[in-house]
This record gives sequence, C-alpha cells and structure tokens, in this order.
Amino acid sequence: MDDVLVVSEHRRGELRDVSHEAVTAGRALADARGGDLHVAVIAGNVERFAEDVNRAGVDAIHTVEHGEEFDHNVYQAAIAALLDQTDAGTVVIPNSVNGLDYAPAVAEAQGLPLVTDAIGIEYDDGLTVTREMYGSKVETTVDVTGDRFVLTIRGGEWAPAEGVGDAPVESVGIDIPESGARVTGFEEVGNGDVDIADADVLVSVGRGIGEEENLELVEELADALGATLSSSRPIVDNGWLPKNRQVGQSGKVVTPDVYIAVGISGAVQHVAGMKGSDTIVAINTDPNAPIFDIADYGIVGDLFDVVPELIDQFA
Amino acid sequence: MKVLVTVKEVAEANDDFAIEGTDIAASDLEYDLNEWDDYAIEAAVQLAEAGIADEVVTVTIGPERTEETIRMALAKGADRAVRVWDEAFEAGFADVAAKVSTFEAVVEDEDPDLILGGVQAADTGFGATGVALAERIGFEHAAVVNALDVDADAGVAHVRRELEGGVEELTDVELPAVLTVQTGLNEPRYASLRGIRQAQRKEIAATDLSDLGLSADDVESALTITSMYEPESESDAELIEGDAGEAAGRLAEVLREKGVDA
Repeated sequence: MDDVLVVSEHRRGELRDVSHEAVTAGRALADARGGDLHVAVIAGNVERFAEDVNRAGVDAIHTVEHGEEFDHNVYQAAIAALLDQTDAGTVVIPNSVNGLDYAPAVAEAQGLPLVTDAIGIEYDDGLTVTREMYGSKVETTVDVTGDRFVLTIRGGEWAPAEGVGDAPVESVGIDIPESGARVTGFEEVGNGDVDIADADVLVSVGRGIGEEENLELVEELADALGATLSSSRPIVDNGWLPKNRQVGQSGKVVTPDVYIAVGISGAVQHVAGMKGSDTIVAINTDPNAPIFDIADYGIVGDLFDVVPELIDQFA
Repeated sequence: MKVLVTVKEVAEANDDFAIEGTDIAASDLEYDLNEWDDYAIEAAVQLAEAGIADEVVTVTIGPERTEETIRMALAKGADRAVRVWDEAFEAGFADVAAKVSTFEAVVEDEDPDLILGGVQAADTGFGATGVALAERIGFEHAAVVNALDVDADAGVAHVRRELEGGVEELTDVELPAVLTVQTGLNEPRYASLRGIRQAQRKEIAATDLSDLGLSADDVESALTITSMYEPESESDAELIEGDAGEAAGRLAEVLREKGVDA
C-alpha cells in the first residue's frame, strides 16, 4: 500500500496544469514511501490526456472512459476501483472546485484522513503537510496519523512534471452506480461589453473600498489614468460591479502592462488571476497583506488619502 | 421540507497578532459568523419565505461563546439552533471526519431534506465537511454552488457550480442533498431589530456528545497542528514612503515610466 495514486484533472477537452503539478507532488511522496506512482485519467479523451500526463516519474497510468466531463459519481467509483485493484493506498488530488467535489467523499468512503489545500509536504514515517490558516496570515504544519491518506494540493505550488515517461497505459472498466446528480450543461459567464483581459492598464478595487458609493473614487482614478476598472471577488459578490470585471480564479486571468490593486489584500484566488501582470502596484493599509508579496511597487497607506492625490497627479 | 444549515463561528486575526504555541493568541482573534455560511443561511431563509421550507434549523460545533453568532443566524430568520460542544473538542483540532461524525448524529435526530453550508470556513479553509458529510449519510451533493433553485415537488435542486475561469456547471441534484454554498449566491440580509428581538426567544439546544449517542473516540482527530508561524515575506516590492501626497507623486512618476497616460 506504499503506492500513490494521483488523479489528473481536465475540463472541456484540456488537461489542466495542476495535473502535472500533482504528478510532481505524488512522485515525491512515492519516493519517500518507497512506492510506485499511479495516475488516473477519468472521462473525456482519456488516450490524449494519458499521453500528456505520461511524464518522467510516472509508473502506471489507468484510464477510465465514461462521459466527457467531470462527474463526481464517476470519479468516486473509479478511484475506489483503482484503490482496490492496485497497490495504491494514498491519493493526491488537485485542490480545485472539482477536486473539492469528490476528494472529501473519497476520504470518507475509504475511512482515510483528509488534508486539503496543501502548499508543502514532507514524508518521514508519516505525512506532515504545510498549509495556510486565518486567510493566509499564517502557515501551519499538520501531522497526519496513519500511513494512508487523501491529500489535495494547491495549484501553482509544485513545479509541473516534465520529460517523456514510458508508463504503461491500462484501460480500466468499472461499474458506475446510479447517481442522483446529473450535469446538464455548462455556461460561460462574465462576458460583457468590457473585456478586462484586453486592457493595458487596470485599476482594480477590493474590499478596502468599504462602501458602494466609494467606487466613484476608483472610477475617477481609472478615468484619469486612461485605465480600465476591474475588481476582486467581494465587489462582484456585493453586486457593486458586474461579473465581467472580476479578476481571479473564478473570474478573468489578466496580464496587463500595469495592474494597480487598490484596497485588495491579495487572497490566493485573486493572485492566481493577476500575477502575470508586467508591473503590479499595491495600495493597502495592512503592511502584511499578501498583495505586497507579489507587488513591484507598494504604498502602505489609506487608499482614501492616496487615491485622490494620485488623481490630482494625472488631472 | 426541512433545511439544516451548518454554521461556524470563525476566528479572524487582527493585523498585528502574536502566535502562542500552535495558534494565534486569543486576544488577537475576533470571532464572527463565517462569511460563506451567511450565504447558506440566506438561501435557507429564502426557501422558507417562498413556502418551500417549513423549518430552518442551524447546527454549530462550538463553545458557549458561539451563541452570540448563532443568535445572529436566528435573527436573520432561522427557526431554531442546535449547538454541539464537548470537552473532547477542546483537546485539539477537529478534523473533517470528527465534524462529520457529529453532524451525522444531528442529521439522524433532525432528518432534514436539504443541508446547506458554506464552501469553506474562513479560518481553517478545509472546504471539505459538506461533501464528506453527504458521503457518510448517503445524500447527494454538489460543491461550490452559486445558484440554487429548489423544485420541492420534483425533489430536485437545480444548481450551478462555479468552476474556475468564468465557467459554470449546471447540475440537477436529487434531494435529499448537501450543497456547499459559494459567496455571491444571494445578498445576505442584515438582521432587523424585530428579528433580533425574536431571536432572543428562539431555542438554542445545547448538546454534548453523549446526548448524541457519541463518545470522545468518535471525534478523535487524525490531524495534529504541530507548528504555526508567519510566512516569510517574499516581497521585493519597492515600498514608496512619505505622506500621501509625496507617495502619490513618486507613484505617478513610476506609472508614467511604465507608459501610463503616455
């Protein structure tokens, strides 16, 4: 049971990058445990995904053909079958929206401990996971009792596996139980008159703006700079700006020349959507805000003091 | 139908805080209703107002202190609350399975048709309890739901799951089900004065493990937090000093160098 099973992730015909990162994390675990690394490819174009995920360090690939897209019922049944049929006793799953739709059920069904959203792992007679708490303000190390577990890993924390592997690819037939949850379709949301991904300069506003009526201030700044207005999630959740203005994991990924974050703390989901910007400017009252970790220029100060002065500079 | 809402009181660290042992010093923490759960409460109360839900019950694992937060949920329209606490929970960090065992026992007592909870707790951020609970009790589930339309006659919840990158998955989930709720699902209300007054008379049933037919062994955690520390800043940002006017002046120079307003 020292083998490790990594579950790859794909959506709408594309293998997602986190699959390759999970292979790297899984390989490290398998090495520490003295076991093999198995990769599961479930649903969709399994042959093409299997070829893509067949990178250095993978020992075996198991494909399960069933439907085109993610269905937690299929994933849960496939993983149960693979844990039964192989020597894998431990599972590594991407900490994505879909990962969180089945990983907890897999852990529960197998009676295994679950640790989610890992940003680091060490294995020495047992697993120690590094993960964040209190909204990324602290990191913790968590020891896991027992030698088998289900782990979900945060995207972007491990280097993607590279090279060409020569793992055998085996198709696995499984019985999928009846499910009372059925996917009926997909919809692209957040498109509209403005595409923030096209903008060269973005003024992006976050929770620090406080009240809806204060948005005028950042709109004025965007006008003065000839920039486009975007935002972090809470502004859209509050209905203050439409969904097409949202930067982040569930919104748009943007890579402007200049990104000015105003009152944005820099939660990991937001950073995932803007870290590729050429120049990042952050204005925030909290000197410990994670946005400063990725900023090129920072002003630790009150946006209500700084932004009016900045508007004056460009008036 | 009956809706059960899992509600957590979460701790938020002040901007300046100290770490004592493996947690943030209690004096540097402030407690509040978990933001995601606020949306779950609102969804449940809206189902009641639409005549779909007959009763909305909240369940919380937490010490007596959490009753203030629970009252907030009651003031927003939940009918009554169950609060589970036991000295077994004071021993350390409760893992997902420990919480699931507790909720499972409450579900046996309450027999809900629909269970709503937040996608994750703001403090611990596991994002797992709802889906694990569904597996344990044999309910259907959907995680990260940002639109919800319950057809009680058909026994189906039509939901949207918010995937990454601006894509939503449309899914039909048969009841009984557990749904984990994403922020933005609705507009959580503020408690009205009338609601706050009424909440004072609503029941919060304080329950311990033995009341639920459980023992400390049932909530033994497989996880132990062994250290907590502030991550080293990876920042190589040029911090612009000075008062607001000076800082804005310097930033304007930088922005013009980068071609802004060129």
